[in-house]
Parts: sequence; C-alpha cells; structure tokens
Amino acid sequence: MLDCIIIGAGVTGCAVARELSRYDLDVLVIERSSDVCEGTSKANSGIVHAGYDAKPGTLKAKLNVRGNLMMEELSRELDFPFKRDGSLVLSFDEKGIDRLKDLYDQGQQNGVKDLKILTGDEARELEPALSDEVTAALYAPTGGIVCPFNLTIALAENAYVNGVGFKLNTEVLNIKKITDGYLVKTSDGEYEARAVVNAAGVYAAVFHNMISEKKLNIIPRKGEYCLFDKTVGGLAKHTIFQLPTKYGKGVLVTPTVHGNLLVGPTAVDIDDFEGVNTTSEGLSDLLVRGALSVKQLPTRQIITSFAGLRAHEEGGDFVIGEAEDAPGFFDAAGIESPGLSCAPAIGEYLAQQIAKKLSAKKKENFISERKGIPSMALASPEEKQKLIAENPLYANVVCRCETVTEGEIVDSINRPLGATTLDGVKRRTRAGMGRCQAGFCSPKTVEILARELGRDIAEITKNDPGSEFLVGSIKE
Amino acid sequence: MNKDLLIIGGGPAGLAAAVSAKQAGVDDLLILERDKHLGGILNQCIHNGFGLHTFKEELTGPEYADRFIQKAAELEIPYKLETMVVDISSDGDTKVVTYMNREEGLVTVNAKAVILCMGCRERSRGALNIPGYRPAGIYTAGTAQRYVNIEGRMPGKEVVILGSGDIGLIMARRMTFEGAKVKLVAELMPYSGGLKRNIAQCLNDFDIPLLLSHTVVDIKGKERVEAVVIAQVDEKSKPIPGTEQEIKCDTLLLSCGLIPENELSNALGVTMNNVTNGPLVNESLETSVPGVFACGNVLHVHDLVDYVSEEAAQAGKKAAQYLTGSTGDSNEPAISIKAVDGVRYTVPSVIRLDHMEDRQVVRFRVGSVYKKVAIQVLAGDKEIMNIKKQALAPGEMEQVILQKSVLKEIPGLKEITVRVTTAARN
Repeated sequence: MLDCIIIGAGVTGCAVARELSRYDLDVLVIERSSDVCEGTSKANSGIVHAGYDAKPGTLKAKLNVRGNLMMEELSRELDFPFKRDGSLVLSFDEKGIDRLKDLYDQGQQNGVKDLKILTGDEARELEPALSDEVTAALYAPTGGIVCPFNLTIALAENAYVNGVGFKLNTEVLNIKKITDGYLVKTSDGEYEARAVVNAAGVYAAVFHNMISEKKLNIIPRKGEYCLFDKTVGGLAKHTIFQLPTKYGKGVLVTPTVHGNLLVGPTAVDIDDFEGVNTTSEGLSDLLVRGALSVKQLPTRQIITSFAGLRAHEEGGDFVIGEAEDAPGFFDAAGIESPGLSCAPAIGEYLAQQIAKKLSAKKKENFISERKGIPSMALASPEEKQKLIAENPLYANVVCRCETVTEGEIVDSINRPLGATTLDGVKRRTRAGMGRCQAGFCSPKTVEILARELGRDIAEITKNDPGSEFLVGSIKE
Repeated sequence: MNKDLLIIGGGPAGLAAAVSAKQAGVDDLLILERDKHLGGILNQCIHNGFGLHTFKEELTGPEYADRFIQKAAELEIPYKLETMVVDISSDGDTKVVTYMNREEGLVTVNAKAVILCMGCRERSRGALNIPGYRPAGIYTAGTAQRYVNIEGRMPGKEVVILGSGDIGLIMARRMTFEGAKVKLVAELMPYSGGLKRNIAQCLNDFDIPLLLSHTVVDIKGKERVEAVVIAQVDEKSKPIPGTEQEIKCDTLLLSCGLIPENELSNALGVTMNNVTNGPLVNESLETSVPGVFACGNVLHVHDLVDYVSEEAAQAGKKAAQYLTGSTGDSNEPAISIKAVDGVRYTVPSVIRLDHMEDRQVVRFRVGSVYKKVAIQVLAGDKEIMNIKKQALAPGEMEQVILQKSVLKEIPGLKEITVRVTTAARN
C-alpha cells in the first residue's frame, strides 16, 4: 500500500508532491496526460498575484500572500525564472477610484506590502504605455511573473529526485474507500493508498464526489490569450489589470518572464471540460478589452493564441483540505486564479496536514535544490564557451527564433522526468516558442526526440497519444 | 578573426553573392550557413521550373543550387556549415559578427563588409490568429515540404490548404502525387498569391478547387486535426456568417505569406522598410549601415529564384567595390524612389547617381490585381517610362530598368515615382 496518491500533475499536484517528498513517504502522482503541466497549469497568465484580490479571511487570500512570499526563494532553489515586475490595477473613471480603495483596504487586511494608489499621471509616469484614459491605479510592487511550465516542471523534477513516483498516461477511473485508505482504479492498474490528494483541476469535483456526500460543482471557465513577439515585449513593464468583474480579474496586459507580451484572458463559463479551443469572438474580445489599458496594442506582432480552463467552484473559494466525510482524502479543488501564485503555499499547507495524518517523519536526505536546463540564449559569452567546451551540442542551434541548441534539447529529454513529446521539449527549453512557432525546428526536434528515445520519428507526438505528426512514408 | 567579407546564409542569395564578390576580386571572404548543406530552401524544392531565366533550362531546386555550389567550389570560396550567427553589431567601420558551431564554439569575426542573406520564414498559424484547437496536423507548407522531400514522410492524408502562395500550390501537387487527398485550397484574397503557372500545373491539372475569398475560421480535433471550418469573406476579409462549411481532414497546410528573417539586421540597427519587412537599401543594395548589404528573400520576398541570384550577384559586386574603395562617398544628393498608386514598394528605394551602374533594375510588387494598365515611371514630374501591362498581380514580382544616361539628363533630380496607371500609351 502506498502512503499517498496524488491525482493530477499540474502545478498544484506537483507542489504537493514536492512538499510531501520532504517526508519519509511512498508517494505516487497519477496523471492522465503524457507529461506534467498539461491542463490548467499550461494555459494561464503566469502571474504571481500580490494578494489584494481575495476577500480577507478566505483561503485564497491567505495562500496567495504566503505563496507570493515563498516564490522568490523557491525560484532560487529550483532554478526557474521569476520576476517581481509589480502590478497595476487601472480605473478609467471616478467611480472606479472607490473600488481601487476597496482593493487597497482588502490588500492591507490580507497583509500585502507596499500597496499604493496612484493618480493617472503618476501611473503613466511609472508605466508610460498606459492609456490616457486611466484616471487612477492601484500599484502593488510585490506582484510578479513566473513561467508556469518551468515552475511546474521544476517542482515535479525535484519531487521525482526525492523519490516521488510519476505515472503518466494514466487516467483515474474510480476511487473507493477501503479499510486503511483508498483503492484507486486507473486505466492501467489499481493502487491502494493511505491518503489521496485530489488535484485534478477541472475534474476535481468528479473525484471528490466519488467519495464524499458533500458535493462540489466545478465549472470550466474558459480564458483565451494572445501572445506577442518579443520585439514588443517591452511595451509594458508591469502587469496591468483592469478593475475586476464578477468573472475575474479581467483582461490583463503583461510582459512574460521570457520577454514576450501577453494579453488575456477572457472569462466564459462553458460545459465542455476539454474545451481549450480559442474562438474568434474570444480573441477579438480580448484584444478590444486589452487595448483599453494601453495606448496601442501591436496586433500585427501576435505570434500565437491559446485558451485554458479555470476550475471555478460554485462556492467561489478554494476547497483545500481533508474532506469532512472522507478521512484521508485531501482536496485541492476549485483552484482557479490565483492558483498558480498559491501553489507553493498549497503544497506546504496540504503536505503538513497529510504528514500529520500519516504520522510521517521528515527525511534527512531531502534534496532541496534543482538545477534547470542551461539556456544558451541567456548565457554570457564566457558561460557559452564553457558549456560548448563541456558539450559541443550546445553550439548547434536548433530553434533559431529562441536560440535553443541541440544540447538543451537533449538535456530536456534525458533529465529526470524528461520530455517525451514535442510540447514537452518546447515547455522545457522554449524550442518552438518563438516567432516562427516551430516551423523550422519541429522536424529537427522530432528527429532528436526519436534518436534520444530510440523510436521511429513516426511515433513522436506533439503531446498525448493520437497527436503523431506523421501518418506514413512516401511512395518508394 | 578578421575577414574582408562575411556572407550570412549559404542559400541561393548567399551563394550568388559570394561567387560574384569573389569574381570581383574579394579573396578574403567566408559564407556562414546554419544548415547541414549549402543551398538553403532549394534543397527541399525538388520540383522543376528553376533557372529558366538564369540557365535557359528547367532545373529542380537542388540542381539549381548545385550549379552555384559547384561554382563556389571552383572558386574555392570557404564556407562553414551548421554555423549560426548569434549576434552582429558595428564598431566604427568594423562589423562584429559572432557565430557558433560545434567545432569552434563561440567565435567573433571582425568584418569589413557583410552581406545579409538570411532568407525568410513562413507566416504561422499563430500569426494568422486562426481560432480553434491546437492539435498536431497543422503545418506551414514549407515544413510539410521538408517532411515529404527530405525525410520521406507523409504529414497527412486528407489535406486542406489555406493560402495560395507558391509553396502551398507546389505542396498541393506533391501531396497528391504521394497519395494524399487535397480537398481544397482556400485563399483569403479575391486573387491568388501564387504564380499563374503554379495554379495551372498544381491545382487545375489535378482538379483541386481554389476557393477565393475564403478562409479557415475554426480548427477541430484535440490531438490531431479532424476538420476545419472554412467560410467566405467579405471585401474587408471578414468571414460572412452563414457561409461556414466543415471540411473533414487530418491536415491543414498554411501558405499565407513569407516574412524576411531580419532579427540580425534589427540587432545591427539597420533601417527597415515596413512594407517588405526587409532593410531599406540603395542602388548598391547597401543598407543604412555602410558596408552591410542585403539580397534575396531577407531583403524582399521574391517569386523566382533567378531574380534572387541576379540581385545577389549585384550585392556581391557592390560589396567588392565597397571593399576596394573604388566607390567612395557620394558627392551628389540621393534620388529617392517613391512607390505609389498600386506599387507597394521598390527595391532599391534610393539611387545615388555616381554609384549607379548604367542600367539599374528596380524591383517591386503591386498590391492588387490589374488588367490592361501601365507602369509609369516619373523622374521628377517628367515621364521617363510607360510600359503597357496586360495583367499585374501581387504574386508576381515586377521590374523596371532605369538608364543612368536618362537620369543624368535631368538636372536636380530628387525623386523618381513608380506607379500603376490606367492611362496606357502606345
């Protein structure tokens, strides 16, 4: 019998896994996709919120402020990019200023530091890109940006090297209470565990409701985004929000931690739990709304668009902790924004509860640090020389837009919990994330994947099985 | 390392530029090529139709490239393969180029002159902002061409092509030859962006429908493309509600335009042309940075490789003149070339008379389809050329040839205008 099964290898599941790996426990993460970070965690704003949005006293508020505090040190420990770019919430009229004050007060109560209300002119001085229509803004210097892929992958890799198992391509079908824990039936065998963590994103209610009478209801809330070329990444220096609506924090304009510009998300409740398609209405809506925040939105510089689903629980707050009527079953459900910001804190919070429940002891040999894949694009000339001297593959550029080399791609495949798909390589190295969107590098990356994994190129997929690139050979 | 001339890119432009520069006396030169072979994109263009102008015969892409590769070999022009230029800057008159490869690591070269020959890339699904899912099975036509012609693999069986650019048309035929069903080609504009001969030989001959004023409005399929939805568009290119039709397919190929790859030019601070997305150049194909020249698809997207070779030869020759100092600074004010009335741009956009050859080719494209019109060239307000044209189309590159002797006759000439006019004269 395992000590703990974690359902879902998104940022929440991986954060719990990493924190649990501090303890002497036998932990298994079960993920239906072929890689970690394949659901909500891969398609969001990449924002580390300051923590003024959530109602004081809620779990969202507590975990957000804590998660924000933890992120900086975590980024050093686990070697992923994080930046405090500071965030602004804009008001476009006089009435909005009162709402900014409410947010300010809320932030104060939540313990958010250094909040400040700026006049329109002060805001424009700080962020020259802002629209002339802005009348006031709430400035939160502790707001930040992070790469959601790097964060999730770093957590997963670190959990893995500390002994957590990852069972990918495996779907949980049913969960049953048994005497000492739970029986988890999957598409690939049955597992027993003393505890279960439900970090299944938009599907968390499905699993929760299998074992609890206190039903949850999660509604997928779609958010669409447009990503802009790095040439206009400097347009905004801060993360720019508009005053929130009942559907969330509205359309934001933000630099990404890798130097692109991101605009989105929309917020539309849908029925389809797999509905990660973009729509023409959504894309045009987000561009219209994003354009309100800044003087000019260079739409010719869009390099891609995408959509993700927030796991919105009817009650409006996170549902985190042991289910009342199901001892040993721990939920991390309804993790919508600011879920990414909260992830480290959710991991810590749940791991402590689970460790207590299982009377687990901390390991002595926990490895707290993880080193990421070197980036030739960011390396100094001296570092480049050193890397190439160690391995000449670091001199062979595969992705020309993002300057990603064969050495980095090989590393992404061969490291712990390495990439097995084109998207896996992309999220670990940025190969294919640039302006040509993998036009040039995808055939080469497919070739490297096949070689390193010992497969034929026809078996290489974009992500999950069924997403093979090639359908056969040409006539001889 | 020091070099007189560095050529960035060993495709058709880089090869022709190198050959020409060497023939003009530049001995200390080097081609830097990022791929495993010289020849660039021609290596995957195994269809014929190349070289009709240059060699008066029909060659395949690799054959065409090989003519230049052989010539470069005869002239003992050095080159480096799998070598990526990662940075370029200028330090006074010196161009500082940093490249990287497995054998040498990171190397900095101080060059007196540089010819930019980096080519272009294809517009992606993301840049087109097509809504829908993001499954496998969406390829730019060039990527599909690489899979088929280089790797010998089929990227799909049932194909819809968006955009009627030449690579898309060529791939419609190529995929058909290999047993795929090409269901249709949808083109946003009311006219094709490709060469007329390609429409005839690649679509009409195989009964592949070309739907003008149509676009893809949705992509279905979560893992692999299962269908695309196409719709008719109005004169503002907006989809017309009610005209949607779902086409089952496993592959969407995109042939929606090429974008010059000017990341290095931008790093160097070269002044760009917003229409071509390539550098602004003078009669010598020299950019705003003295001693830095550009030619081929990095400068503006060409329709035929023959014109790339011709243009690149000019760039090579002019770079050689720059290096020998036989040209020197211009004493006369520059003449700017204005593109108006349907002419989208011209290359070059500036002419300095004392650097001009006796005959100067000015290349351009028009922005729309025209029938029975004329290309009019004005020197100041004096008409110096009026060439009747049965038809003009955006897919085909046009040119006029200016005579130095004519321009010299016009005192104080500051501006030349190239335009499409309906007032054709006999």
